[in-house]
Amino acid sequence: MKSSALKRAGRSAVIPLITVLTAFVLAGLVMLVTGNDPLSSYGAIFDGTGLNWLFPWVSGHNRTIAAQDLQQTLVAAAPLVLTGLSVAFAFRVGLFNIGAQGQYTVASVIAVWVGTVFTSMDPVIHIVLAIFLGALVGAGWAALAGWLKAAFGAHEVISTIMLNWIAIWVASYLFQEGGPLQGTQALGNPVSNTIAGNLHLPVIWGNPELQGLDVGVFLALIVAVLYWAIIRRSTLGYEVRAVGHNPTAATASGMNVARSYIVTMAICGAFAGLAAGIDVFGWEFQVSSTTISTSQVGFLGIAVALLGRNTAIGTVAAALLFGALETGTAAINLNPSSINPELAPQLTLIIEGLVVLLVSTDLIALRLLGLPRKLGWGKPQAATARGDALAVDDPARDPAEALRPEPGL
Amino acid sequence: MSIAAPLTPKQGESERLSTVLTTKRVGLGGAALGLIAWILPLPPVLARSPWPSIALGLLAALAGAFVVLDPKHRRLGGVTIFFGLVAIPLALAMTNQSAANVSQVFTWSAVIASGLTFTTPLLFGALGGVISERSGVVNVGIDGMMLMGCYFSVWGAYATGSWVLGMLIGMLSGGLLALVHAYFSIHLRSNQVVSGMAINFLAYGITGYLLVAQFGNNGTPGTVPTVPNLVLPVIKNTAFFGVAFGRTNVLTWAALLLVPVIWWFLFRTRAGLRLRAVGEHPMAASTVGLRVLATRYAAVTVSGVLAALGGVYLADGFDGSFNFQMTDGRGFIALAAVIFGKWNPVGALGATILFGFSSALAYRMETFSATLGTLFQALPYVLTLIAVAGLIGRSRPPAADGVPYVKE
Repeated sequence: MKSSALKRAGRSAVIPLITVLTAFVLAGLVMLVTGNDPLSSYGAIFDGTGLNWLFPWVSGHNRTIAAQDLQQTLVAAAPLVLTGLSVAFAFRVGLFNIGAQGQYTVASVIAVWVGTVFTSMDPVIHIVLAIFLGALVGAGWAALAGWLKAAFGAHEVISTIMLNWIAIWVASYLFQEGGPLQGTQALGNPVSNTIAGNLHLPVIWGNPELQGLDVGVFLALIVAVLYWAIIRRSTLGYEVRAVGHNPTAATASGMNVARSYIVTMAICGAFAGLAAGIDVFGWEFQVSSTTISTSQVGFLGIAVALLGRNTAIGTVAAALLFGALETGTAAINLNPSSINPELAPQLTLIIEGLVVLLVSTDLIALRLLGLPRKLGWGKPQAATARGDALAVDDPARDPAEALRPEPGL
Repeated sequence: MSIAAPLTPKQGESERLSTVLTTKRVGLGGAALGLIAWILPLPPVLARSPWPSIALGLLAALAGAFVVLDPKHRRLGGVTIFFGLVAIPLALAMTNQSAANVSQVFTWSAVIASGLTFTTPLLFGALGGVISERSGVVNVGIDGMMLMGCYFSVWGAYATGSWVLGMLIGMLSGGLLALVHAYFSIHLRSNQVVSGMAINFLAYGITGYLLVAQFGNNGTPGTVPTVPNLVLPVIKNTAFFGVAFGRTNVLTWAALLLVPVIWWFLFRTRAGLRLRAVGEHPMAASTVGLRVLATRYAAVTVSGVLAALGGVYLADGFDGSFNFQMTDGRGFIALAAVIFGKWNPVGALGATILFGFSSALAYRMETFSATLGTLFQALPYVLTLIAVAGLIGRSRPPAADGVPYVKE
């Protein structure tokens, strides 16, 4: 029993690692073919992520810069954890939540609005209230998609895509020149009011003036634990997995599938909404029409969830990787002598694509090293008792099974 | 030898039949009244008083309320109520605007011309999606394949000096990316949603990388040969049709023409039947000797070529320039249209037309109010959402859609 659990854990960690490495090698080949030096480029990107802070021999000015970059990486990873969990939770019930971006958007509108009114409120209560209301509205926005599916059979892929764009356009309207939520100091810019300094989330590492690491990252980690607890230790999580596994069997055993869809989507929306909350109160402090339409946090959450195989720990790890890649290839963090700063973000997309592509199948990683034979895994076990809702399986054992939404996306 | 069929149905049955028809007729009649209520304040009638529309709208809602009581026609009743009630604020808003503004926005010929430009890329993408998913392979990567078509058509036209070659290179690039998706989802049996998403990210990265590597920071030159418009000799001078169809892009006509062609292929040819069989029940198809994997490879590749054609139109059908992620999520709208259109080319046409034409209207509605112009942009998405919930409902995908096939 114990050893099989260990093997399973080992397998679910080894494969993504091999996958990521393979993706980096392939992207390195792309650089080589197009006349860039992959080693020095990767070196520059690695330094850009601030991960060199972990090396004790980096000292002096370089260490200060590295610390700042690493703070950036963690600040970028925290919302990705949350949007990743948002997408992952929906996958668990068999829904494809493309709508994390929209849920994030409505929540950031509410959070920044609440954060800039009621100025006489106690700061702690004010922050909590704003983030909570943001998450609540995010939950409602997502639950709308769940309800449309439960009540009318509207496919969640359609409804979440449409809700994304509705959120983006409505938010752009609210902050635009002459829009109802445009800031009083905005002077022709499509920007909201700015959140007062005493309402910023406390910075725990680094300089608050330079976007140090705020406590939002803890919120993300707490939600990751909560996610694990809901999925593994609660009746709701059991239902969610059962419905995701086989809705017909779940109905037959007396579960309310319609309610599962709505509740699950609401929780997904709350996760994505919290991501907006920590962004708005952690480092953005204002929201603009431009950030609304260029933000990719929710969209990247899809890739994070896919790479993290819908598990809490996997999602955190995937978010760290993606946060590091995004930070490492941001033009300001790069040494231009190693790689064209315009090229680097595109390289990130290629790496992200390759990682997700390779993670979509275990076979490549396994075949490369002949691992299955060596470790005695053999063929992946067939999903046990597909029709039996009570045998809800660990998705880490067969991720393809857990990820597979209903046919016909 | 014929067996005489009973000619008259039983009394009870005929009564039930007639009630069904009446309720349905009331519902459809109500919906028609609602439609008239919508049309009245718009050109060419351009009624300047809201009252006729309000009266008709209320009547429609009333009819809908009657229909909704019948559990069999709840959806029809709901739609009719909704249709009738929305007509009222619509009529009030339209009659509140000046007649000149209303005719400006609803110049139908211009709406058609602009609606077709919005529809074309979506239609290509959706048709590609229909073919792929009918063969049993979910294609979430339409957006990426479209983007490949965007970049490579511009690059191809730039490199060869010919839009035809540019278009072919664009199509080829979409097909090649689709082959990657096909290899992973068919051969390696990977999760098709994951693989499709990966394809999107790959395409964003590849095209962005090549744009910077090939053209530097100044972007594409903008002087490449573009796909021409088809100028119709006589029609171009007529008032209405000239504006609407007189100078439509070659690719728009191609997309519209592909709808019946693909429909005919899927539902009236042997190859189409085989493709659908592979998507519905691959094991049965395999048992009777069909080559499941080869069929799926072909379908996914064609799907990529079609999606790329949408991209060719988007980039090289206009000013022949490319920008980072310029599909702007159109591939996902196309994906939605595949489901909305119930995996049928004609349905996909309907879905993309609804979306394309409401997009065109949304842009024109800035005339009404500059400040609200941004808000109007949400219109196509709201309409699609309502249409999906109200009219379409549960749609059934091909049975084996998304399920890799393992030969036993």
